[in-house]
Amino acid sequence: MPKSGSAENSINPPLWLLLELTYRCPLSCPYCANPVDLGDPADELSTEDWLKVLEQARAMGAVQLGLSGGEPLLRKDLEVIVAKARELGFYTNLITSGIGLTNKRLKALKDAGLDHIQVSFQSADPDTNDAIAGKRKAFETKQELARQVKAHGFPMVLNFVISKQNIENIDAIMQLSQSLEADYVELATAQYYGWALQNRDQLMPTLEQVRTAEAQVNAVRDSQNGVGPRFIFVTPDYYETRPKACMSGWGNIFLSVAPDGRAMPCHSAALLPLSFPNVRDSNLKSIWYESELFNKYRGFDWMPEPCRSCDEKEKDFGGCRCQALLLTGDAANADPVCDKSPHHHKIVSAAESAAACRNGETLARTVQNSQIIMQTRV
Amino acid sequence: MIQENQAYQVHKLFRLQYEPAQNAWVLLYPEGMIKLSESAGEILRLLDGERTVAQMIAELQARFPQADTLTEDVTEFLGEAHAKKWIC
Ligand code: SF4
Ligand code: SF4
Repeated sequence: MPKSGSAENSINPPLWLLLELTYRCPLSCPYCANPVDLGDPADELSTEDWLKVLEQARAMGAVQLGLSGGEPLLRKDLEVIVAKARELGFYTNLITSGIGLTNKRLKALKDAGLDHIQVSFQSADPDTNDAIAGKRKAFETKQELARQVKAHGFPMVLNFVISKQNIENIDAIMQLSQSLEADYVELATAQYYGWALQNRDQLMPTLEQVRTAEAQVNAVRDSQNGVGPRFIFVTPDYYETRPKACMSGWGNIFLSVAPDGRAMPCHSAALLPLSFPNVRDSNLKSIWYESELFNKYRGFDWMPEPCRSCDEKEKDFGGCRCQALLLTGDAANADPVCDKSPHHHKIVSAAESAAACRNGETLARTVQNSQIIMQTRV
Repeated sequence: MIQENQAYQVHKLFRLQYEPAQNAWVLLYPEGMIKLSESAGEILRLLDGERTVAQMIAELQARFPQADTLTEDVTEFLGEAHAKKWIC
């Protein structure tokens, strides 16, 4: 039993566990949220390590499990991980590009107890899709695969990252989702971290494009009468004046583990200049409750002004630490999306710069580009 | 409308499970969770696609004899659950 007044009494257990099983990926999407430093596949955790993480997290009370990457299907032990997770009582979500998901693997995953599959698409138009994904025939493969996912009886979420390249085809995207019988459809612009930040000017739709697309989505919703997919439209926070409640607060409900075992309060946090505890060295319980990292921006005491004295802090937790760092230089600052932030003008000018950008050429998320960027940084 | 002679079950998009850490029954679905009240949990766990609503109410009445508006409470809750597509 924890003593009264100990950390465990005031801190919620994690509800959500996200395992980024690998950063290897057959696609090269320019909006990818993976860190620009894709690391070394040789450092990936072993099967035993992942199973141990599952046990520890479940014992703490985690119940939703995301298996993502990179492309999680590149891990040959994915079925073993799913089976263990399901046995422990997790609700298991596979987040995949669909490339590599054969009928045989679908069946094996079903047998292992996988609950849900989220398939990402780049567009409803095959050529645009394959150009964004950086792979020929990717669209065809995904479309066929989505049919198989439904045929195997999985709930299916389709995810389209909305950008300048596809926003004007949003009607076709919704039609495709209906014909594939998706249960939920996420139409979300990228969060501009990692690769997406490198490509922000080229990707971010204008405010006008966002408003038009939003109206199109609302029109489809109104005509649905409760039948067909549930469409979820997420606009870029660059057009807001209050930040999102990132991760529902640092170290509050969400725990993510990178391919090499670093534990983080958010899958983007790798970009923060902090040192991360590793599941190879410590158990999750001490990482969650006691590590310096997980306590750094937990609660409200760490906040400087304007958040410290703001009456909205319990609603948005001061926004996103990564966005604060990337745009203001200090992760503890208010997220500059907030118009109370003295740095808010940086958000406004980034949106203007993206609106003015006519060059559609993006930097592909490839191992080669990762190495070039990392070398020039050193 | 909820029919008392009909049997319902939890929709296949959801999984009903008891969570010791929450001390509650929960409905799990793609990337989300609904924490149920004690009575909602007790009702949903009886839905197996075979028991009719009337049978279910009888079982609950036997377990909670002091509950006097059980029929209304159960059908009202099931109506809401049906509208939210938790059950079918
Ligand atoms: S966003 Fe694209 S490149 Fe990044 S992990 Fe997903 S499929 Fe791979
Ligand atoms: S000042 Fe901070 S807490 Fe207040 S609304 Fe802005 S970001 Fe949120």
